[in-house]
Amino acid sequence: MNAVRFLLIALVLAFGSTHVATAGDMDTVDQATQTRYHSLIAELRCVVCQNRSIAESDAPLAADLRDVVRRRIQAGQTNAEIKHYLVVRYGDWILYDPPIQTSTVLLWGGPFMLLAIGLLIVVMTMRRRPISAAPATSSTDTGADTDKLARILAEDRAREQERGR
Amino acid sequence: MRLRVVVPIVVLVALIGLLGYGLTRDPHTLPSAFQGHPAPAIDLPSLVEPERQVRLSALDGRVGLVNVWASWCVACRSEVSELAHLAQQTGVPVIGIDYKDRRDEATNWLRRFGNPYALIAFDGDGTTGIDWGISGVPETFVVGPDGQIQDKIVGPVTAEIRRERLMPLIRRLRGQAAS
Repeated sequence: MNAVRFLLIALVLAFGSTHVATAGDMDTVDQATQTRYHSLIAELRCVVCQNRSIAESDAPLAADLRDVVRRRIQAGQTNAEIKHYLVVRYGDWILYDPPIQTSTVLLWGGPFMLLAIGLLIVVMTMRRRPISAAPATSSTDTGADTDKLARILAEDRAREQERGR
Repeated sequence: MRLRVVVPIVVLVALIGLLGYGLTRDPHTLPSAFQGHPAPAIDLPSLVEPERQVRLSALDGRVGLVNVWASWCVACRSEVSELAHLAQQTGVPVIGIDYKDRRDEATNWLRRFGNPYALIAFDGDGTTGIDWGISGVPETFVVGPDGQIQDKIVGPVTAEIRRERLMPLIRRLRGQAAS
């Protein structure tokens, strides 16, 4: 009798608590739906805590939104339908991956625009300084060196002449 | 040559301007959504008479306000007088949604701060609140005669919002409904 009771308590301690903790979650459905649920809530932004997904957030509203997603998945809605439901209410803001449309053209196209401007500047600078620029600099360098050498030699010669006198 | 000096300065000033503008904006205010969409249904037990259901269809083609509040919401206290004032001035029915609250605390709150509502729906688990797309309390929606959401106010209704935003909108919507 005592052994049975002990076994029951042990079983409850071992499995009971974890079961209760996830009972509200998706542990009764197949693996594919669970994966879908987890990837979907990771794509949705928490509206009160910002810069966290509703999967990561502990905010009560994030928990409610997870519930909404779970219930809608269980009701057989597609990801697109669930996202549409939330976008109507909370705006594109709730999507971590905003769609390409007139208001987000700058967001998606901006980096490419900056890249194009950068390339344009590079091309223009290259054109202004033709390839002959490299030898030209080196020749002026040697020119300056020769001048300097000639000046030093001339000074030396002048000093020697003074000493000779 | 002069371009090489002017262009970086212009770019720098523009960047400083942009970042400076960014600083003046509150990152907690979300871009507004939900205007122009049909108002979601309300079908909840009444806060005051739990055996009765409160439905949005009670508006019956009239312009109405839906105000989401809770007794635990401090900011909600400040808008009670404004909502009451608005209801008195215009006669618009204000439907309250008591969001994630306890009945006893909510009824105490009404006794203490006043009751501007024509009807109050009790949304204990907050599902209807989510369906209305709220991100916090209070939020106030203007429902047009066509049953569409015409405006949404996030945060408490102030005297200024009442005068300059809600009153003109209600008048305009009534004008449209009449014509």
